[in-house]
Amino acid sequence: MTVTKVETDRKALTMTVTAHYDAPIERVWQLWADPRLLERWWGPPTYPATVTEHDLSPGGRVKYFMTGPGGDTPGGWWRVIAVDEPHRIEFEDGFADAEGNPDPGLPTTRNTVTIAPDGDRVRMTIEATFGSIEAMEEILTMGAEEGMRQAVGQIDALLTQLAGSEAEVGS
Amino acid sequence: MPKVTSLRETDTPGCGTSTDVLTYNQMVVDMLRDPEADALFKALSDSTRRDILVRTLHVDHSVSELSRLYPMSFAAVQKHVATLERAGLVTKEKQGREQLVRTNIDSIRKTQRLLEGIEEMWRGRLDRFGEALKDSEQGDNG
Repeated sequence: MTVTKVETDRKALTMTVTAHYDAPIERVWQLWADPRLLERWWGPPTYPATVTEHDLSPGGRVKYFMTGPGGDTPGGWWRVIAVDEPHRIEFEDGFADAEGNPDPGLPTTRNTVTIAPDGDRVRMTIEATFGSIEAMEEILTMGAEEGMRQAVGQIDALLTQLAGSEAEVGS
Repeated sequence: MPKVTSLRETDTPGCGTSTDVLTYNQMVVDMLRDPEADALFKALSDSTRRDILVRTLHVDHSVSELSRLYPMSFAAVQKHVATLERAGLVTKEKQGREQLVRTNIDSIRKTQRLLEGIEEMWRGRLDRFGEALKDSEQGDNG
């Protein structure tokens, strides 16, 4: 299993996923920088991605679509905010309309990818900030409210239930 | 909420399989693309509406009771309640001449599931990333 840590910080409204890899930093970077390599891992096996536009410079765009088992092709995009090759990339990612253009009606996520040496391995961290989910997160943090305790308890029960499927990832 | 309902029916505790995970990833895509999800986020973007949700979580409030809590008109509060109702975040029940407002816990669970789904999606991606990394190394060596 490559993922070594997942943290959800409800106050900072971010989720951080950390993975460790046995490879040189440059090779790890290539998996972001080479669209053909990016296609290998971005989409789930049932929805492989095809990258149609790929410009990793600040302000640049990445466009892709995924091909589903039923022939459906949901599209997505990145807007590159900042790049420090081969250590860091920051981008906004969202869903596209049928023409492949950003769909303003759908939520976006802001991601910061950090690639750094960690002993003899490479640590890659993805920090995702959910703009439009933050309001809900704010409500979840109001757990002190008596009524909210019950809701949070129900959510915890749900998370335990979800942990069952998580255990299978990476096996 | 057809997608959420079907997930709940098929999601058996402790019986996760890789098929479940794939379905789950797809479910996140479906949920994020769902116009309903968009209405949910938009409804939550306002602090008055969030406050209404917290207040009506355990105790039902009529719209007129709510309107006394905020420095705004009855009509303005009524509009906020209508936005929440359209997003599925509250339900309204008629009692006499009043409409009682109550938070719909399922909608909060839905967003929590969405967050969990996003985490699951990244776990899947980073595992595949590791596989692709191994393959690219072999390609270089050969």
